[in-house]
Amino acid sequence: MLLCSARTIASAWTCFLLAIFGSKLCLLQFPLPLPFSSIKEEKDFDFPIMACIFTITVVVISSVMLILIRLLYVLYQTGKPLKTRGSAGLAPPPLSTLIILGSGGHTAEMLNLLAMLQKDRFSPRFYIAAATDNMSLQKAHLLEETEDKVEGISRSQFMQIYRSREVGQSYITSVLTTLIAIVHALWLMLRIRPQVILCNGPGTCVPLCVIAFLFKVVGIRWSSVFYIESIARVHRLSLSGLLLYKLRIADQFFVQWPQLQRKYPRAHYVGCLM
Amino acid sequence: MGDTEVRMKSKKTVFVTVGTTSFDALVNAVDTREVKEELWRRGYTEILIQMGRGSYIPSKSEGGDDSIAVDYFTFSSSIADHLRAASLVISHAGSGSIFETLWLGKPLIVVVNEDLMDNHQSELAEELADRKHLYCARPQTLCHIIADMKLESLIPYHPGDTTPVAKLINRFLGFSED
Repeated sequence: MLLCSARTIASAWTCFLLAIFGSKLCLLQFPLPLPFSSIKEEKDFDFPIMACIFTITVVVISSVMLILIRLLYVLYQTGKPLKTRGSAGLAPPPLSTLIILGSGGHTAEMLNLLAMLQKDRFSPRFYIAAATDNMSLQKAHLLEETEDKVEGISRSQFMQIYRSREVGQSYITSVLTTLIAIVHALWLMLRIRPQVILCNGPGTCVPLCVIAFLFKVVGIRWSSVFYIESIARVHRLSLSGLLLYKLRIADQFFVQWPQLQRKYPRAHYVGCLM
Repeated sequence: MGDTEVRMKSKKTVFVTVGTTSFDALVNAVDTREVKEELWRRGYTEILIQMGRGSYIPSKSEGGDDSIAVDYFTFSSSIADHLRAASLVISHAGSGSIFETLWLGKPLIVVVNEDLMDNHQSELAEELADRKHLYCARPQTLCHIIADMKLESLIPYHPGDTTPVAKLINRFLGFSED
């Protein structure tokens, strides 16, 4: 419903823009009659420039308005369950899934969760780990190999991404490395365009989830983002978790300890998963 | 009980692990006379230290009738076997080590590394200690904790259940919940 009104507003704005621009063009082609020309001479000089500035301003403002409306729609729709997919009686089709792995406990926790999900529903699966993380993709490989050998391993892909920030890296240099990570993340996301994203806290997930959100706004792909905060986070969210929670980027946000659920009421408390 | 009595003890191993980190303070603390004597007093016969990337090298010892044996290594591909063989585990506060040990039902002392800048690990260790699933210590307090610990009072940890999350995710995406 909101989408329809957005489209209506968009077409109304476009017509308005064309009308404004068209009228300006007409005025420029056909200058005002002679009696006014002496007074208008100075203004004739300013007029095209003013018309340009005016038109540009209108274009910019309306574009911003369009983006804002779309953004509000995406924020409104984020967190709402997907509408029923697939035809009645048949199982819904599988969803391409991006699984973001992180060093140490993150991967162990994610693989523990994946063991419970039905693999035929989340297919094809894409695993992304940080470039400096050696163990995680190996462990993911192992998990995929224990699945049906034909289906599992052949449809899964394993990729590495530049890290936004190494553990202990200064926050200043982190800005540059984060920018590089964002560009790399954009490249990977454009290739994968997942329908589902599963992540549990490593820094690598922030650029990927932000890009997923942008894809929602621009209309490239609607990704359902599921964030499961690590079991090691009892009283405070991780930085990644805090960002994704505050910016409302995650569709569903899970915490494993009741203390966190009290502090962050939009989170779902699911108990200890390990 | 006299000097001639040979003290027969069945083998009881203490496994110390720091995971992939460097945690010299813990290895150092375990290698002190006080801790070794305290562990011996509590009935343990040997200590096996997995020291990871640490630079402090403990002194090996054959042990014997009145002292505890000490051995160490840096890494192994899987510490599961060592955990299974141990009667007591002393571990850094990494969640992987903690849960691997708790799942095996082994008594666990978690030692928090105070040198880590962002010490969120201590939250997990302290919470599980509050729930009496393990003991939580700092390198300086390790000896004290070993002396006072009552392992029979620890509550077994039941592995978590990922079913609720799977259900929520499936429901959200329009799949049936089974």
